[in-house]
Amino acid sequence: MIEVEQLSKRFVVRRGRFRRERHVVQAVDGISFRVERGELLGYLGPNGAGKSTTIKMLTGILVPSAGRVSVAGLDPSRRRLELARRIGAMFGQRVQLWWDLPLLDSFELLRHVYKVPTDRYRTNLARFREVLELDPFIQTPVRQLSLGQRIRGELTAAMLHGPELLFLDEPTIGLDVVAKQRVREFLVEINRRDGVTVMLTTHDLGDIERLCDRLLVIDHGSLIWDGAIDQLKERYGEERTLIVDLEEPAAPLAVDGARVERVDGPRQWLRFRGSASELASRVAAATRIVDLQVQEPDIEEIVRRIYSQGV
Amino acid sequence: MVEPILVWRRLVGAQIRSQLQYRASFTLDVLGSFWISFVDFLVVLTIFHNVSRLNTWTVHEVALLYALSSITFAVTDLLIGHLDQFPQKIRDGSFDVVLVRPRGTLFQIVASDFATRRAAKALQGGIVLVYALGGVTIHWNVWRVLVLLASLPSAVVIFASVWVMGACIAFWTTDGGEFTNAFTYGGTSMAQYPFDVYARWLRRFLGYFVPLAFVCYFPVLYVLGKRDPLGLPRVLDFASPAVALAAACVAGSVWRFAVRHYRSAGG
Repeated sequence: MIEVEQLSKRFVVRRGRFRRERHVVQAVDGISFRVERGELLGYLGPNGAGKSTTIKMLTGILVPSAGRVSVAGLDPSRRRLELARRIGAMFGQRVQLWWDLPLLDSFELLRHVYKVPTDRYRTNLARFREVLELDPFIQTPVRQLSLGQRIRGELTAAMLHGPELLFLDEPTIGLDVVAKQRVREFLVEINRRDGVTVMLTTHDLGDIERLCDRLLVIDHGSLIWDGAIDQLKERYGEERTLIVDLEEPAAPLAVDGARVERVDGPRQWLRFRGSASELASRVAAATRIVDLQVQEPDIEEIVRRIYSQGV
Repeated sequence: MVEPILVWRRLVGAQIRSQLQYRASFTLDVLGSFWISFVDFLVVLTIFHNVSRLNTWTVHEVALLYALSSITFAVTDLLIGHLDQFPQKIRDGSFDVVLVRPRGTLFQIVASDFATRRAAKALQGGIVLVYALGGVTIHWNVWRVLVLLASLPSAVVIFASVWVMGACIAFWTTDGGEFTNAFTYGGTSMAQYPFDVYARWLRRFLGYFVPLAFVCYFPVLYVLGKRDPLGLPRVLDFASPAVALAAACVAGSVWRFAVRHYRSAGG
């Protein structure tokens, strides 16, 4: 669905008030990856790492400085019009709806802009009205909608013409828990049921954990990770935590291959590497335990570590 | 060919509906715009209060020139006047949205607004036209009617091309609105007077290079049966449609070139 080879984007920036110096900023620096049809892919990176620039090259907004891009078999910046019919895009902070008009009017206008056949438009709209619960505010001018309502409107706008591929830039930014949940459920639904390929950039690791099977991480314009989330955890989350509930409060346990991180009454937290069952049997040999559980390192911590130390 | 016009009507219709949501502001804008253009024509009358002729031009002849360029400019302004807010779209990156839709970028920008409030200028032009026709003697024949009729759409296309090219500057400077205004609003003021009153360098640059002399000056010369006081070839009297076509082609190419240099905005 997406093929990217050695893709780069340079910007020339002029700085200084009187003596203007030219600086070349390498926003994206020779990245390569492939995305298959039906994937739900997370694209992660700190601010200014090159996430949005990549998405903009994939959607035909920016012309690459070097490298090759192919999206749905098309070169995005050269065959922009054809591509636009086949993809949907939603940029969290950019409004694509008509600000002063009722939400429904925006959908009507987009139907004509995208030349969506009437029956397909009706079916799609009816479905999104139901799934995203648009009915209570579909006649309200967009400027009066809450952020959560507006984002649901924007998602509908991006999907109305039935794209094969959906690009989302920060889809859940600023949303409350309930609204976030609704957006995530919607994305899973269109991905599983309709087979829409979804690529999303986010800072919200909850989005990544709940939605994505695969993760790309970009930093300083280069891809530093491309793979499954579980693999990332395995590789970078070396240390896990074993939580043991003892029969009664005790001194910190001394077990080989683990160190006690925290003690709270009869409960102790042990950091360890390697096999959990081996550690558990060693603990059980040393003392009587009531219960135990293994805590995986959370993705947030891993990503924080990658950003600060690199791979 | 028809389908884009229908879509344009829908999009523009939506904009007009939006504008009408702010009725008071809308009415004040229309009144203000009418008053400004009315005062503008007082300047012409004031000049002729002091002199009886401007080179070979009488007040009614100048009024004819003035009225035609006013009306055609007002029509251009109605259709694409909102291009002067285009640099804002470049600066805040909202041009992104235009690029992910399956329509021509220029088409979408043109259809993204409609400056209804500027219609007042066309009304003023109409009034001046009535005044002009009351005082000039034109020996009408088929050719004169044709030249006059062809000059109207040509003028709109020339104005629009200048405007579009000016807007392209924003792709590099991310601003430049005022610079563009010098050619659009400044250009129309110039086209309202006979070109032979201007200094030679100004005439060359704004008359022939930025082809504002073809907006109304040459067609009006022909319709009035006047010889160009500068002695330029008479074929220029008929050149407006060709100049308009050429200007549109140049503007279209510059626009396409500029869009490929769009840099978007952060985030």
